[in-house]
Amino acid sequence: MADALSIRNLAKSFDRPAVDGLDLTVRAGEFYALLGPNGAGKTTTLRMVAGLLRPDRGDIAIFGVDALRLPVEAKRITAWVSDEPMIYDKLTPFEYLAFVAGLWQVEPAIAQARSQELIAVLGLEPHAHERCEGFSKGMRQKVALAGALVHEPRLIILDEPLTGLDAGSARQVKDVLLQRVRSGATIIMTTHILEVAERMAERIGVIARGRLVAEGTLEELRSHVGESGSSLEDIFLEIVRAPQDLAA
Amino acid sequence: MSAATLAWFARHEARLAWRDWLAMATAGKPGRLRWIALALVVFAAILHRIADRLITPYVDSIGSDVATFLVMTGSAGLTWTLMLSQGMESVTRAFYSRSDLDLILSSPASGRTVFGLRIGATAFGTALLAVLLVGPFVNILAWRFGPQMLAAYGVVVALALLSTAFAVLLTTGLFRLLGAKRTRLVAQVVAAVVGAGFVIGVQAFAIVSYGNLSRVAVFLAPEWVEAAPGIESMLWLPARAALGDIGLMLALLTVAFTVLALTIAATAGRFADNVIAASGISHLRTVQRASGLDFRPLSVARALRHKEWLLLRRDPWLVSQSLMQLLYLLPPALLLWRKFGDKADALVVLAPVIVMAAGQLAGGLAWLAISGEDAPELVATAPVTPGAVTRAKIEAVLGVVALAVLPLVVALAVASPFIALVTLLACGMAAAGATAVQFFFRAQARRSQFRRRQTSSRFATFAEAFVSISIAAAAGLAAAENWQAIFALLFAGLILLAAYRSGSRQR
Repeated sequence: MADALSIRNLAKSFDRPAVDGLDLTVRAGEFYALLGPNGAGKTTTLRMVAGLLRPDRGDIAIFGVDALRLPVEAKRITAWVSDEPMIYDKLTPFEYLAFVAGLWQVEPAIAQARSQELIAVLGLEPHAHERCEGFSKGMRQKVALAGALVHEPRLIILDEPLTGLDAGSARQVKDVLLQRVRSGATIIMTTHILEVAERMAERIGVIARGRLVAEGTLEELRSHVGESGSSLEDIFLEIVRAPQDLAA
Repeated sequence: MSAATLAWFARHEARLAWRDWLAMATAGKPGRLRWIALALVVFAAILHRIADRLITPYVDSIGSDVATFLVMTGSAGLTWTLMLSQGMESVTRAFYSRSDLDLILSSPASGRTVFGLRIGATAFGTALLAVLLVGPFVNILAWRFGPQMLAAYGVVVALALLSTAFAVLLTTGLFRLLGAKRTRLVAQVVAAVVGAGFVIGVQAFAIVSYGNLSRVAVFLAPEWVEAAPGIESMLWLPARAALGDIGLMLALLTVAFTVLALTIAATAGRFADNVIAASGISHLRTVQRASGLDFRPLSVARALRHKEWLLLRRDPWLVSQSLMQLLYLLPPALLLWRKFGDKADALVVLAPVIVMAAGQLAGGLAWLAISGEDAPELVATAPVTPGAVTRAKIEAVLGVVALAVLPLVVALAVASPFIALVTLLACGMAAAGATAVQFFFRAQARRSQFRRRQTSSRFATFAEAFVSISIAAAAGLAAAENWQAIFALLFAGLILLAAYRSGSRQR
């Protein structure tokens, strides 16, 4: 079976290199957390995977589909959720989901059933027929997540999906994501909340200066830095420390 | 230490206003400032030339008589309604814009000071714009009749102060009457209707009564002149002041200053309360009873078109802004009605007006559909080619334009099928041209930034306007069966080509 995501020699520069020859593989059906300091290149990488940015060079394959040559086919099996939920203020959650289902051409009856289920699971039922314009950040994020899941993507890409969510909303989102992984979807998620990565992810990748500098399970990362019993925070800080710091 | 004095706030506001203006004028490229200054000088020279040509036929008839007073007072009244409209827009923004009010009102600074200052800034902005617009006419009159005519500037400033005071009273009154949720929309719609409605109304009256578009014809109508009070009437005080009565002008200025100061003093105390009430509306929810988008089998293109139309329908402010552009179709529609059944020659003038309106309407809608996408990442990550998305959005725009202009074209067809056909084709071209310009200069923005769409690229603004004007001119010429229409069309094509190249460079 093809890997869920295969990135080879990926590069993107703006005024300076943001992603610099990145290689990354995410296996089908796993929950993969991508960590890195601010400006490390995590979001840029995921935006290129989602088709929101064109790389300068490199290859991206999603379940074996070349995402750069066949973007429409790749997008059909992918979903993207950013940290800043972009939804339509004048639509209700149900209408938003109906629109997303129209974009992905999901069978209406199936889309309606899935939407009802997602709205219920994410606790949006009381607001399903209210316009999104008065929603809190957490509610907007849940609507965006429901939109990402309504077409049952095989690869779900999430960029800081828990930013700004209260504990209850964060728990609902995490539960929905774990349930998706259990039912066979693959998730790749960036987060600054290391505890989330530690608890949810099967494997963790650490990006620094546009390159993957460490990867593995928590245990593998621990052995990578040679300090057993360290928390993920200690391991992360050790890994991303700049080369000049390490030399000192 | 008391830092938040009136002067301190004034400096802060002036700095922000200057940077805002600079960003707007230069579209974020300060290096263009020299060129903009040069363009403004050229523009001012052209306006003076136009003013001179417009004034010249009336030079001998300008004097201290009822006819002159009628034209001046009528024109001042129309200018005042425009100032009132601008003032209402600014005052509404002062209540609803959240940019820095949370910071300021949560500080120990006085909300009364902030409000007073912002209303003062509104009055200043309104006066400045009016002075710039009226300036060429005043300068030409001063050149021909002597420097005492410069007193008109004082009258314009007085009118601006009075219009701002009235705008404050009207908006705060609406706040009390309708509450925070409804005031925003109602104030914006009232402002738009007041701004354009009176001017268009006078034009419509001129058409219905006299069969032409001249406002002067309305003011100088014999029945008006006969009904007007004598030259010593108080009604003519502003006109007499504008014609060089310095004492009267200073008295008017003093009254206007006093009225504005009293208005600010009377309303500033409630400013913080109104702002807090306005901030509360972002938490209000609207339950949507009838679903606009439901789970039906739709093609991607239909889903996109449907979404665009639904979002437009559910945004009364955007609808009002678009309808305002249609309001300008009223005078030509009336002219059509007046000339109905006449020779086709009279209808030739209508084709360009309808075409121009179609272009303007399409430009605004195209910006909303192409640049004003509130969920760009959703659409970009959907399994649809960018071309298909653009096509669907353009279809949505052209659909609305067709809905707006088709009834007029059908009415035109009854009088002259040929002119109707020319108008229809030209409307399609103008709408397509304006949409193309918006496509060439597409830049992601929120729909709420609609008001500022023209600041993202000066070139796009001018290109959109000139493409519409050129195609409108071509329509007029073609309707008159003049082969030179081809040159106007070629010119429109050249502008589109330049817009395409400039847009590509910018991206």
